[in-house]
Amino acid sequence: MSTTVELEQTQVDPAVNEAATMDRPWLTIVWNDPVNLMSYVTYVFQKLFGFSRDEATKLMLDVHHKGRAVVTRGSRDKVEIDVAKCHGAGLWATMQRDT
Amino acid sequence: MNGWRRHGGLVVTTLSEREAGLLRGLVGQLRDMLAARVAATPVDELVELTGITAGPTTAPADQVLARLLPDFHREDATLSGGLRALHEPELVATKDGTAEVIMDTCPARGGRVRLSDEQAQAWLCALNDVRLALGTMLEVTEDMPDELPPEDPRATHLVVYHWLTWVQESLIQALPGP
Repeated sequence: MSTTVELEQTQVDPAVNEAATMDRPWLTIVWNDPVNLMSYVTYVFQKLFGFSRDEATKLMLDVHHKGRAVVTRGSRDKVEIDVAKCHGAGLWATMQRDT
Repeated sequence: MNGWRRHGGLVVTTLSEREAGLLRGLVGQLRDMLAARVAATPVDELVELTGITAGPTTAPADQVLARLLPDFHREDATLSGGLRALHEPELVATKDGTAEVIMDTCPARGGRVRLSDEQAQAWLCALNDVRLALGTMLEVTEDMPDELPPEDPRATHLVVYHWLTWVQESLIQALPGP
């Protein structure tokens, strides 16, 4: 994943990149951990973010197999609240700017 | 305990005295840890005046508390610190509140446990927190064996951890869909 993103970044004009920074959304990232159950993570994704069971299952599997998944994106304030919700449910989540 | 099931609109199970004692003991330890974190937070006089509680800006040094109260950002310590100060008091209160539901609904001497859906969801979160705490202490991995050699000091606790996993999994199955 990171390889593609880095390639794209190097090709962007710095001036354009500067302007684009302002528009880049924030992401809620959930990281894999050895304790949280697959069924629990799926349940929490549905409960907190209103995903269908299929969507929640796909995200959970991404976390499990790829080590992380982007579960929501948007303004800094929105993502901050989403990360706090994840922490409330015991998920290991962080926020970061989209690259 | 034979797992959770739905009965008359409630989520029910029966715990032995030993199971109830074990669970209440672990939940009590979790609450003690959270209380110690709050007690260790320096009181800001300005905050006392405004009435707005600010949490600490640094992550707990303790591994278990650090897992229960994670950073908001992986690299940006300033952002993480500010958001921690803002959100940690509520996060700790939420976790203590769900833990309290277990203490209020799990009979000390064991017996029947009857939960509304709301109480069952509190149990689900608090059970998860207890597993996070125990799992962090035991340094569990995804391919953790069912049993460790008896000479391993973690062997007994791992049995408890696996039991909690089973209790939580069974509760998820008994809950109505989200």
